[in-house]
Amino acid sequence: MYVAVKGGERAIDNAHEWLAEERRGDTDIAELSIAQIREQLALAVNRVMAEGSLYDPDLAALAIKQSRGDLIEAIFLIRAYRTTLPRIGHSKPIETSDMACDRRISATFKDLPGGQILGPTFDYTHRLLDFKLAAEGKAPVAQTRETDVDRMPRVTDFLNQDGLIQTETPTDTSPPDLTRQPMQFPAGRPLRLQNLTRGDEGFVLSIAYSTQRGYARNHPFVGELRIGRVVVEMDIPALGFAVDIGEITVTECETVNQFTGSKTEPAQFTRGYGLVFGQTERKAISMALVDRALRWEELGEDNMGAPAQDEEFVLAHSDNIQATGFLEHIKLPHYVDFQSELELVRKLRRETADATKEAAE
Amino acid sequence: MSDYNFAYLDEQTKRMIRRAILKGVAIPGYQVPFASREMPMPYGWGTGGVQVSAACLTPEDTFKVIDQGADDTTNAVSIRKFFEFTAGVAVTEHTGEATVIQTRHRIPEEPLREDQILVYQVPIPEPLRFLEPRETETRKMHALEEYGLMHVKLYEDISRHGNIATSYAYPVKVEGRYVMDPSPIPKFDNPKLEMAAIQLFGAGREQRIYAIPPYTQVISLDFEDYPFDPSKADHPCDLCGAEHTYLDEVIIDDAGGRMFVCSDTDYCAGRQADGHRGRLSPIQEAAE
Repeated sequence: MYVAVKGGERAIDNAHEWLAEERRGDTDIAELSIAQIREQLALAVNRVMAEGSLYDPDLAALAIKQSRGDLIEAIFLIRAYRTTLPRIGHSKPIETSDMACDRRISATFKDLPGGQILGPTFDYTHRLLDFKLAAEGKAPVAQTRETDVDRMPRVTDFLNQDGLIQTETPTDTSPPDLTRQPMQFPAGRPLRLQNLTRGDEGFVLSIAYSTQRGYARNHPFVGELRIGRVVVEMDIPALGFAVDIGEITVTECETVNQFTGSKTEPAQFTRGYGLVFGQTERKAISMALVDRALRWEELGEDNMGAPAQDEEFVLAHSDNIQATGFLEHIKLPHYVDFQSELELVRKLRRETADATKEAAE
Repeated sequence: MSDYNFAYLDEQTKRMIRRAILKGVAIPGYQVPFASREMPMPYGWGTGGVQVSAACLTPEDTFKVIDQGADDTTNAVSIRKFFEFTAGVAVTEHTGEATVIQTRHRIPEEPLREDQILVYQVPIPEPLRFLEPRETETRKMHALEEYGLMHVKLYEDISRHGNIATSYAYPVKVEGRYVMDPSPIPKFDNPKLEMAAIQLFGAGREQRIYAIPPYTQVISLDFEDYPFDPSKADHPCDLCGAEHTYLDEVIIDDAGGRMFVCSDTDYCAGRQADGHRGRLSPIQEAAE
């Protein structure tokens, strides 16, 4: 005999217990520490910080541990935590010209002031599994030397001196805040950049890739890609001046794109911009390409109807926490609505059957 | 109680949400944008409803949560536990005892009173979304009261199927002005949208809140020759015998056997406690 289903609460508790046990895995194997994740899975930590919009490597590592390595789940944990933090104030804009670079490359010039610095990159590694890593070895040590470079000027600044690239006009107006106001369209560039920098790496990558394949192609050159540490400064009203409150690692990509011009205005290169927390260069480059594609209107280009040119399409679907939540909610019970559909389909089928019968008679 | 602020959200955020609610009540059926927060449950799982409930709850409230009409469905349990933990409010499964009811996909069978608030979880607040995916366009259509597209859709349903082929989230017009999505409730529930309680709709991911004030006119869209039909399964409840409630169809064996039971579990249990019996009531068998 049927009895209404009960016991959801106990089932949930039991499921959570099982999950906790599975998360730990085989207890004969040593448990991962937060520090191990932070140090040895640093690029995963960086992605979680970037898309979680919270710069805290230890918390990101904790989230990765708790989520069993599911990075979107880890990003979700960080977002849910971040939203509970009080706003103390705003930092001053970071100055990436003063970055202590670990990596700095330009694809548009063979050599340039400050030099090309490869830094810790996978770029020229041969993608061969290194079975030595499977055996515990001693820690590799890289060679070091004192740098003789004290400043790394930006490539776009060289171009701008000669008027070869479009100038970005600084403004003193406060940008809108994606996390404190509902998204409204048209969004404008500050909101677009905020959205893209925390957008899903895979999504932003694919949209950027689509522009390279001809859906609103804008021919990007990596003018400069730099990764390194920058100082974060904050104005303290009680002191009357700004103080350093810490240092963060960011990846910045500036693309130099195909020129525009007209009979009255001389030809000029245009820019795309990407800035992301941590060492996250795939994301930063993707962001710059998508930023550039979304600027079609401002730069007087044609709307090709490409996804990458469609601000509402890109911005409304870039957030993986929104996307995964809505996608996965279809696991929740929907039997009331399904019942309603079932009744309707039965009714429609009955009517069709009756009509066919009448026609036959 | 816990270390979190009462009902989880900080007071500034609650104030922002209350402003959106007040605006929604002032303009029935209008979707008010609000700065939805990330909640500790996924978007699409009731974050809009949870934020609205958090902004409405007071320590004296009694809270009830239903999903598909039932208090014991997993997500209803999860949300109820969340507010027990973060707000320490009393909770109940009885519709009549609750002052705030959060729901997904159903309106309780028992008529609600003026001192109650019904909070809906809304996945897609825009009734025109499936006809026009762009927010920039749909906002314009609402502003200009340009709802022809919706009527064309309903008309096309009739010409193709002989019926309006929408069985849940059936669009309504509120107080003669805004076309509104009543959330994915079965159309059986649409007539109940005119009620004594205040109804608040929260869409977290889509960052919208809207409302139906008490005793507001809510009309399900239809045509004179194809009037709105709030249909349901053509059976009485097999547990309590009710003929007037929305029913779930439960498959009981693999030979096509099925039974129909009230989707509102509290209502069904109440009727059984009052001595009502259905065709397959286990209580009846025990008595025999």
